[in-house]
Amino acid sequence: MRISTVKIISLLFFILSAFYLYSAHQIRVFSFDENAPFNAKTFPIYLGYLGMFLSVLYIILPERTQLEVNHKVLDYKSSLFLVLITIIYGFVILKAGFFLSTSLFLFLSYYFLGERRWIWMFILSFPFVALFMFLLHGVLDIYLRDPLLKMLGIIG
Amino acid sequence: MIEGILIGLETALSLKNLLMVVMGCFFGTIIGMLPGLGPMTAIALMIPITYGFEPSTGLILMAGVYYGAIFGGSTSSILINAPGVPGTVATAFDGYPMAQQGKAGKALAIAAYSSFAGGTIAAIFLLFAAPSLSKVSLSFRSPDYFALMVLGLTAVSAFSSKGQFLKAMMMVILGLMLASVGQDSLSDITRFTFGNINLLDGISFVLVVMATFAMSEALTIILKGKDPSRATQQISFSKLGSIRLDKEERNKMLKTIPRASVIGFLVGVLPGAGATIASFLAYGMERNFVNEEEKQKFGKGSVHGLAAPETANNAACSGAFVPLLTLGIPGSGTTAVMLGALLGFGIQPGPRLYITHPEVFWSVIMSMYIGMVILLILNLPLIPYIARILAVPKNFLIPLILFFSVTGIYLMSFNNFDIFLMIGIAVFATFLRLYDFPMPPLILAFVLGGLMEENLRRSLLISNGSFNFLWDRPLTTAILGFTIAIVSWQIYKSFKKN
Repeated sequence: MRISTVKIISLLFFILSAFYLYSAHQIRVFSFDENAPFNAKTFPIYLGYLGMFLSVLYIILPERTQLEVNHKVLDYKSSLFLVLITIIYGFVILKAGFFLSTSLFLFLSYYFLGERRWIWMFILSFPFVALFMFLLHGVLDIYLRDPLLKMLGIIG
Repeated sequence: MIEGILIGLETALSLKNLLMVVMGCFFGTIIGMLPGLGPMTAIALMIPITYGFEPSTGLILMAGVYYGAIFGGSTSSILINAPGVPGTVATAFDGYPMAQQGKAGKALAIAAYSSFAGGTIAAIFLLFAAPSLSKVSLSFRSPDYFALMVLGLTAVSAFSSKGQFLKAMMMVILGLMLASVGQDSLSDITRFTFGNINLLDGISFVLVVMATFAMSEALTIILKGKDPSRATQQISFSKLGSIRLDKEERNKMLKTIPRASVIGFLVGVLPGAGATIASFLAYGMERNFVNEEEKQKFGKGSVHGLAAPETANNAACSGAFVPLLTLGIPGSGTTAVMLGALLGFGIQPGPRLYITHPEVFWSVIMSMYIGMVILLILNLPLIPYIARILAVPKNFLIPLILFFSVTGIYLMSFNNFDIFLMIGIAVFATFLRLYDFPMPPLILAFVLGGLMEENLRRSLLISNGSFNFLWDRPLTTAILGFTIAIVSWQIYKSFKKN
């Protein structure tokens, strides 16, 4: 018998709900609240049970159509690259500042996705980010943390 | 009410707010036009921009984006048979055949006039319905609110999941679980933080919206290798044909618009329904209203067939504001995003909104009229130019979406942890989307989680821990009756198909 991926996801959801339920029971409430009709762990406990109930229901009920995804046609390489570059972007944004890290993130993302129109790649990275920063910081007065530009005296 | 309307007009007609309506409609149209990017993504991307605004300005911008996105979706439906949003799928049934017959300009004009009329008529309904419903909803108590939220979540799951009710309900539970992370609102006891101080305040709503919609949408497009710009190669934007309608076409529209507006508005008010169901329902009903000769034209470029869904989907957008503004309970994923944003502004929508924040309540309603006019002005002459946006290659589009997502979170907290958490949730959401797990129920549950727990807490404390509160009041029982009816209907449908 072949188990569909969705049923496996439901099984994982069951485990998640069970863990959530366990964690809900571990919530330490005030002693005077312990026997109250409702305390900080009441709602999570209901949710845990409900999650387990629904996932079990999905696992035991027959599936109308088995949804299978053809993984061979999915572009995991590009997706993974984008996720990685976004993680790196997340790491450097605080250190290198918004302008430099964002401009580089955009430029590199365009490049790795196969874009080779250099002028557009440049316009839609460095000047675009500068304009965006001007709109946010200069016009809308929304604070943008950029230690690098601050050090250079470009923003206050 | 007159005083309220004047307050609303004064606020909505301020230069800043007018600019926001124009901006909202413009960006909404552009984002909604891009296949795969719907109003929820559009609004999510706008949230960071609203940080520095007053609540009414922020909400006006988001409302403009909302109906702009719905209208934008119809442009891609008509021109390239690729609906930008689910609410415009029915538009493609007759809009695309019209475009293929060399009448793309006419089809776009019909869509623009119908959207304008539907949106405007529904905004008039909203003007009268919202204050009346607000007065009624003042009698709602905690058990009623709790029951109403259960109804909303059940209805959204039933309608948004293409027959996969259980999957949607699992997403609801997941959304509620995510909402429970952080400090308990009453006792301040920390829950599910696992010692991480970054989670003390809970998971940000913007983070979850950005992750499950904007970022996960971008990753899905890359993963599936879809290129929204590819389809545009087959059309020439300079040859859209005339946008003038003849007398016969105008007469046909005049018959369709009133009935589709009513259907659209009523469906929009219902929790969970929204623009998609409204447009399909209006399309189906319109087919029954017309004569046999017109019926044969449906699917081949019928004016009725195009005007009906276009009117209904915009009317539904206005209708969706009724439960949001009067009860504080969003009826759809999109209005859930708006509720989250409003809560972020420190405003709790509900029956007292029009008393405590009349400028927010009325200015949103008033800005709808202005928005509809702007959409019409913006879209009719500019359609050939705006449609060129469809040709933006994904190589540029995807990094820009990721940039807006990360920036949104960065602006909010200046914290790496939130960015990484967003990436993690986005990857998880992308995987779930591949297997048809719907995201709107998760968002709605996440937004309603705190309110739901609060109302359940009050109800249980009042009834001393007993669940009798569910049938103590006729209103609570009636709302729960609807919920049970929806669940029963889903079970019946499931058994029937099996």
